[in-house]
Amino acid sequence: MRPLEKGADGVYVVGCREGDCHYNSGNFRAKARVEQTRKVLDALGIGGRRLEMFNLSSSDGPSFARYAREMHDRILELGPNPIRTALAKKKKPPPAELQAAVA
Amino acid sequence: MIVAEKKPIEEIIDTVKDCQSILVLGCNECVTVCEAGGKKEVGLLASALRMHFLQQGREVNIGERTLERQCDQEYLEEIRDIIDLYDMVVSIACGVGVQFTAEKYHAKPVVPGVNTLFMGANEARGVWSERCQGCGQCLLAVSGGICPVSRCAKRILNGPCGGSSAGKCEINKELPCGWQLIIDRLKALGRMDDYEKIIPIKDWSTERAGGPRKVVREDLKL
Amino acid sequence: MTIRTASKLEKILASGQLAVTSECGPPRGSDPEVIPRKAEAIKNHVDAINVTDNQTSMTRLCSLAACIRLKLMGLEPVLQMVTRDRNRIALQSDILGAASFDIQNILCLSGDHQSFGDCARGQNVYDIDSLQLLQTVRHMRDEGKFLGGDPIIRPPRLFVGAAENPFADPYEIRVPRLAKKIAAGAEFIQTQCIYNLDKFEDWMRQARDRGLTEQVYILAGLTPMKSVGMARYMKNRVPGMDVPDAVVKRLADTPKEKQAEEGIKICVESIQRLKEVKGVAGFHIMAIEWEEKVPEIVEQAGLYPRPDVA
Repeated sequence: MRPLEKGADGVYVVGCREGDCHYNSGNFRAKARVEQTRKVLDALGIGGRRLEMFNLSSSDGPSFARYAREMHDRILELGPNPIRTALAKKKKPPPAELQAAVA
Repeated sequence: MIVAEKKPIEEIIDTVKDCQSILVLGCNECVTVCEAGGKKEVGLLASALRMHFLQQGREVNIGERTLERQCDQEYLEEIRDIIDLYDMVVSIACGVGVQFTAEKYHAKPVVPGVNTLFMGANEARGVWSERCQGCGQCLLAVSGGICPVSRCAKRILNGPCGGSSAGKCEINKELPCGWQLIIDRLKALGRMDDYEKIIPIKDWSTERAGGPRKVVREDLKL
Repeated sequence: MTIRTASKLEKILASGQLAVTSECGPPRGSDPEVIPRKAEAIKNHVDAINVTDNQTSMTRLCSLAACIRLKLMGLEPVLQMVTRDRNRIALQSDILGAASFDIQNILCLSGDHQSFGDCARGQNVYDIDSLQLLQTVRHMRDEGKFLGGDPIIRPPRLFVGAAENPFADPYEIRVPRLAKKIAAGAEFIQTQCIYNLDKFEDWMRQARDRGLTEQVYILAGLTPMKSVGMARYMKNRVPGMDVPDAVVKRLADTPKEKQAEEGIKICVESIQRLKEVKGVAGFHIMAIEWEEKVPEIVEQAGLYPRPDVA
């Protein structure tokens, strides 16, 4: 929730493979939390799909890269987090002459 | 423990929508264990509220605190110095905590962020079920350690009723028939003869029927 | 068993003749003609008429008012009373109301859970259970006292009954439960609808072995099936109902237009078989919204004419 609140467009949580966790059920608990939070994000109009849980082992680099690409593509599809837009609006617009200079 | 469930975020937002400053107040006891109102849930709810107001283009201050207990005077004192910073408290403790906070801070709106459900046990990860309705006259000694008041949908003291089917209750095929459980337990205890003892008409005056209840222990009073 | 009340039902049972009762469900409205019309159709073929009390938790005209109507027609009602909707004040009060009209029979029930009916979001009461209601009526009648201990001026003189479902689970406590109801004060029993005759006969045998049939009159409950659809519904959807596959198959194998007739036939055959079972003191025929068929069943089962014990 925090990164999304700060304006991140997407967050993914990576846990151990199911059944293969040093903390036994830690990854299952995380999965349940992610599910719960996705519902809240949907209700808030931010979109639950901005949050995802992936499972992989620490030595599985290719999968990690694949998940990263998957999430990247998904974020492009979803567009910016409305919170980021809202945060930007909150900041004062730059002075007019500066805007002109940029243009 | 007291088991509670989070209220839908939409309902909470609707309650707090006109506020400028909100304190989300958690409790470290039962609601933490049942993952409805502990520190983590305070964080989640506060974050959700912040995102909501940001999208509305509104600046609303959302504070987060989690007390050891909301049903105890001394812990509630811990927020005395900050309470005036907020125009509403969303308490995600059980109904007791919400009310005790409201009593303590009489002029401050305190609203619930959870629905308080029952006194129950943690059957499995994510599963809680009712065990006690606090009737004030415990029958467990005669009912094989299984409570007919809380486990039978009709609170039948001499059951089972005619609706018990394959060990399940007539109201829900997933729900065990309380009297089936009692009978199974009496059997396991070798006390089936007890089944034929009629449990007499109950004195409900120690339950809700007798009005709000109070325990005064002279031996403990200061 | 000695006669304790002025109930006609009790007199017939005490005389050793097979009694026949049936039931009328009150309407879901205030039409005063419904109960008399239903009663008119069956009155010459039964000894007493049960009036159900908001059965399946659907709100209906009250059982007591409907019983009073039967009483005013000169008939013999059995007031069904569930503990779901009334606390001990209301129950005692209604018992006195019934007694003031000289209603002579009461059937004490817990009632279906309210979640089955039209007020699923309502509260239930269950201040006392059906066994404790039996105790209550007997206490009021035999001790002449309220539960609170005060004397009742003109105590109710009700013949007290209970329902028993020989087919509900767990089966092993079905006979102990009957014994418990007798101990609580039941003088007659009307059973759940019987389709599994073998199981019922086994239950009766166990009841006889414990001497229970000497202490209580057991009226075997029967409901004719209108169709195979009804049989399947009863089998799968009604809690505590035991409908053997053979019964469903028999109806399924009958052409649709003949199924109702076959249902009546099954009912009549069941009565004929159960008449031979020692300890069966009579029959309770529950023809749900099909009251007009009761005379036919009673006649075909050889239970007509009804005895005159007035």
